[in-house]
Amino acid sequence: MANGVIAIEEKNFYQQSTNKYSGILSWLLTTDHKRIGLMYLYTISFFFIVGVIIGILMRLELLTPGKTIVDAQTYNTLFTLHGVIMIFLFIIPGLPAIFGNFFLPIQIGARDVAFPRLNLLSYYVYVVGAILVFISLFLPGGPIDTGWTFYIPYSVRSSTNVSMAILAAFILGFSSILTGINFITTVHRLRAPEMTFFKMPLFVWATYATAWIQIIATPVIGITILLVIIERTFGVGIFDPALGGDPILFQHLFWIYSHPAVYIMILPAMGVVSEIIPTFARRTIFGYKAIAMSSLAIAFVGYLVWAHHMFTSGMSDTARWVFSLLTFIVALPSGVKVFNWVATMYKGSIDPQTPFLWVMAFIFLFSIGGLTGLVLGSLATDVHLHDTYFVVAHFHYVMFGGTGTIFFAALHYWFPKMFGRMYFKKVANIAVLLFFIGFNMLYFTKFIMGYMGMPRRYYDYLPQFATLQEISTVGSWILALAIFLMAGNLIYSLRKGPKAGPNPWGGVTLEWHIPSPPPMENFKEIPTITHEPYDFSQLKEMKNES
Amino acid sequence: MNHNTIVGNEYNHTIEHVHRDDVGAKMGMWLFLFTEVLLFGGMFLTYAVYRYQYSEQFRLAAMELNTGIGTLNTVILLTSSLTVALSIAAIQKKNKFLSILMLSVTVVFALMFLVNKYFEWMAKINHGIFPASEELLGRPNGQILFFGLYYVMTGLHGLHVLIGVIVLLFMLYFLIKNDITLDNYTKLENAGLYWHLVDLIWIFLFPLFYLIQ
Ligand code: HEM
Ligand SMILES: [Cu+2]
Repeated sequence: MANGVIAIEEKNFYQQSTNKYSGILSWLLTTDHKRIGLMYLYTISFFFIVGVIIGILMRLELLTPGKTIVDAQTYNTLFTLHGVIMIFLFIIPGLPAIFGNFFLPIQIGARDVAFPRLNLLSYYVYVVGAILVFISLFLPGGPIDTGWTFYIPYSVRSSTNVSMAILAAFILGFSSILTGINFITTVHRLRAPEMTFFKMPLFVWATYATAWIQIIATPVIGITILLVIIERTFGVGIFDPALGGDPILFQHLFWIYSHPAVYIMILPAMGVVSEIIPTFARRTIFGYKAIAMSSLAIAFVGYLVWAHHMFTSGMSDTARWVFSLLTFIVALPSGVKVFNWVATMYKGSIDPQTPFLWVMAFIFLFSIGGLTGLVLGSLATDVHLHDTYFVVAHFHYVMFGGTGTIFFAALHYWFPKMFGRMYFKKVANIAVLLFFIGFNMLYFTKFIMGYMGMPRRYYDYLPQFATLQEISTVGSWILALAIFLMAGNLIYSLRKGPKAGPNPWGGVTLEWHIPSPPPMENFKEIPTITHEPYDFSQLKEMKNES
Repeated sequence: MNHNTIVGNEYNHTIEHVHRDDVGAKMGMWLFLFTEVLLFGGMFLTYAVYRYQYSEQFRLAAMELNTGIGTLNTVILLTSSLTVALSIAAIQKKNKFLSILMLSVTVVFALMFLVNKYFEWMAKINHGIFPASEELLGRPNGQILFFGLYYVMTGLHGLHVLIGVIVLLFMLYFLIKNDITLDNYTKLENAGLYWHLVDLIWIFLFPLFYLIQ
């Protein structure tokens, strides 16, 4: 495969275009999975920063009791926008659309995804959805204020621009479905010769399982959103008790999608972890099949637990204990993964580089998020904690502490491959540390406040929460600083970082066999797979290659 | 090295994608159809919940629907599924003319379906039965929901018929331009699959609204 001399002569994908254009059009009309992945990276990062700024503003408002910088209605729209942006524009598409696009084809030895043009289409569908969110802010009626969950009946009664904002969510879902279809077909049709399912890297497994959830769950939110829009426009009555409808039905339909959606968020992240740990522990992954299968198990059992969001909605007791039990069961496959990761590290020769440090932060934060999830999954405790800051803390620990940190881990792991340059590792490590401190100040305080009874979605609070709220806000500043430092380091290194070389970490999956940045169409010749995915004995051969 | 500002003839080197995978294309289509089934699944679930809750009112309301027109539309759609299949068979036998003819007939059937649907809806609307109308709001809840679901579900289905017409028209264009040929007809097959799905959903809507009385 890639041989050092050729690697220098070969043009990379920045220098070659899939179409006849040059400059910006060669990007906007590209069908190259790597370029599309990068376009997603820039777009999604932009929205992430917007979401972070809104988060910081909310924390600023909460610095003192009463009105600090915004009034109550503005706070309502802020948390709604923050939620919508973070969920639909950042965390759901984040890992699959960026890193899945860029690395899934490479890791299975393919030249591109199965439907390159459909891939570009899903990018633009995403952009249209995002633009609609922003248009909805400025139309008469004002920005949506329902919270990201769009609960009935308020989402039908609110006079704000609910219809347009949720139409945006519908369109974003469509983008997600198209990506899912593309990835499933790619995995089935384009694996390199000898790349059997059980030789696929675990990131591919995770993205594959995610793709299934994307296509199975997303249509349900699609129809739910359509029904809300129809309800607002025509007043059909499907969710209106005055006309015989049932608002609880909305909650069921909403969570039938939105619980599996949390696995759309976390599964690819778990896949990335399963890539990073073997590379930096220099050991083959422990329990490969168990990890691969637990992804599918999560994808499946994840469908059957949605009503744990509705314990206080007046469901029957039977439904409540059944869903509570199933919720505990779905924690098992996640436990299987954590166990296998730890076992992989055991007696490995660990090289604690930045991506690995992010993964350590992940395991710590995600474990807290997961364990507090069990507290919320138990009936007796949930009744007290429902709709309090405890829930806010819990989902930030899982989504941000879980998927968010792995988003950063993936960025630091694959950055040298995507851009051919290395960042400044010391600065990057300091950013991890700051992140970790800021994160726990910002959100752990929320567990305590929630436990003490502070409700979520309030712009004001009682005096006894003042100290904790202040600590939390200071934490948000440290966190922002960490993100700023991290982003600055990466952006600066895009041009000024030292050259990375084809395999800076000593990884063995296929992307490390080809030059950085990869050439157009990835492989000169489609590789034939001879090794298990995490067989580090190849490293010697690979050194000889270059 | 700065990747983004490479200039000169280096840039003009392009690689054309000549990758064709008919099995993959069909797999993608099946996955897409699966999502459509789930989309309607949400509606069928809603229907089931309310049918169970208000079975008597649903029965009464259903008697007001025009079974004749419903049956006619069922026959039309079923036949159109046949003609689209014939169109595919024709191109496989290299009979371009017949293929075009059959596809055109399919489009005509689809339009007939929509016209019938239009008259059926208009008749109801003229009787004052439509969401949030005075007439409807004066009725028991079960009937309000029945007609609400009737409009939403047949409306959503009608939208799919309309999209189907557009897709079929594109296929017609491709056939005429020789983009769909004896050894490259996956597009047409996929369009056919979509059309069968539209048909299939109607096969479920028809008894649920018109027949169960
Ligand atoms: C600097 C980063 C962040 C800060 C300062 C922040 C802060 C906050 C605050 C103050 C709230 C409102 C709590 C309330 O009053 O109920 C909130 C809600 C929320 N956050 Fe964040 N957050 C950040 C990052 C994220 C990320 C990365 C995600 C997702 C991946 C996220 C997802 C959400 C969601 C879904 C809500 C709920 C919105 C709703 O109630 O409808 N946040 N966040
Ligand atoms: Cu859940």
